[in-house]
Amino acid sequence: MNVSMMWATSRRVLGQLRGDPRSIGLILVVPALLLALVYWLYQNETLPPGMPRTFDRVGLMMLGIFPFVVMFLVTSITMLRERTSGTLERLLTTPIHKADLLFGYALAFSIMAALQALVATGTAYWVFGMKIEGNAGWVVLISVLTAVLGVALGLLCSAFAATEFQAVQFMPVVVIPQILLCGLFVARDQMNGVLHAISNVLPLSYAVDGLQQVAANADPTADLARDLVVIASFVVVVLLLASLTLRRRTA
Amino acid sequence: MSHRAALPAPEPPAGPVPADPSGLPGPAGVSVEGLRVHRGKSTVLANITCNIPEGRITGLLGPSGSGKTTFMRALVGVQKITAGTVTVLGRPAGDPANRHDVGYVTQAASVYRDLSVLDNVRYFGSVHGAGREEALAVLNAVGLSDFAKRRAGDLSGGQFSRVSLACALVGKPRLLVLDEPTVGLDPVLRAELWTQFAAMAAEGTTLIISSHVMEEAGHCDTLLLLREGMLLAQLTPEQLRQGGETDDLELAFLRLIQAAAEDERKAAS
Repeated sequence: MNVSMMWATSRRVLGQLRGDPRSIGLILVVPALLLALVYWLYQNETLPPGMPRTFDRVGLMMLGIFPFVVMFLVTSITMLRERTSGTLERLLTTPIHKADLLFGYALAFSIMAALQALVATGTAYWVFGMKIEGNAGWVVLISVLTAVLGVALGLLCSAFAATEFQAVQFMPVVVIPQILLCGLFVARDQMNGVLHAISNVLPLSYAVDGLQQVAANADPTADLARDLVVIASFVVVVLLLASLTLRRRTA
Repeated sequence: MSHRAALPAPEPPAGPVPADPSGLPGPAGVSVEGLRVHRGKSTVLANITCNIPEGRITGLLGPSGSGKTTFMRALVGVQKITAGTVTVLGRPAGDPANRHDVGYVTQAASVYRDLSVLDNVRYFGSVHGAGREEALAVLNAVGLSDFAKRRAGDLSGGQFSRVSLACALVGKPRLLVLDEPTVGLDPVLRAELWTQFAAMAAEGTTLIISSHVMEEAGHCDTLLLLREGMLLAQLTPEQLRQGGETDDLELAFLRLIQAAAEDERKAAS
């Protein structure tokens, strides 16, 4: 592990993004726009007094889910390009360590993810008046973590795709089951035993649980700490698995 | 086959080739012993043994599909090999310590199309600890100074492949492996590159350059002739001319190949 090579990789990835302002725009703006869509979707609901708005519940979860989806897609395509263009093979003939490369990628996209999370959370709070008990900083932190999770899974999945078309097809396989089972549509403790057990091993479930902890409690809870640790552990394990897919010597 | 008897090294194709028939002095930068590569059921390289002299230009020539790229990948250490040993700069091929010293330019230019020329060279330089100054010097050497700020993907084919070359040069490799570096370049540029390769060899860099343009063989100090995964001969361009009884290297090479094919037919019948 060499910090200067890792940083050079991050700078290179960000430099590639800089040449593509439309992608930057999409990364930063799309989650906020989707949040607006969710807001208008529930605009006309009638609530008994004292009941929190559905937007406060669903919109909050969206803050954890959108960055995950966007970063998964961006990363899997970018890494696939690196594999197919021959630049990855070339890099692996140089002194760069695999970890420098993967963590360089993860760092670059985490910076983008943090910006994205700030824009989306800011929109939720200041434009749509989202009200939750806990501190917004925790929401941003969870957003960034799920985005990094998306980066890690994207890096891993790119190894199993030969074309960009295949890479996009991994979204229904890897991302959508997590969205269905994370507690957004049905609370996880109301699922049948099998689905509940599956949702227990999917990382996005912990992101949604963490966001619910922040929404319900003014101070950080032990459950929130556990959720953060679980997501971070998933990130590290997935990145390690991804590093196994980088082979210096191939047939 | 009147010229057949005059060939310098008419070994049976599967047999070992003499260690260094070119008779060049100096230590071996690369030595290969009994290298075999199988991909699936097909044999890509069959029992290759040779020494490649240090500080010289060695041309790797042969028809397409003869195993040139696989041979180069084995030297760089990115190829899974079935048998044999490959020693590069005194270490096994692919040894981590070699990664600073071996530069590899693939046939298809492997650079980032969406980065500027300078950013490409700086990135590949940074993994060798080279900075902006070195990157600019290398761009100057390959004649791309005026294009430093241009997006690599916007350049013409010839300029684009020179970006790839620059990305390998910036690490100041002791061994430079170039897979068809002059394909698609105009004659002026080709001549310039060969002059540059000669200058690098004079400074002590070992160059291994594949090509299927036989007239370029004349720029090399020694030649490795590959055919169907076997080393046909290792010789100097002069020996090739004598062996083929012509000054035309292309014709000489063709005659050598035909003689080998003839031998094979005879052996089979």
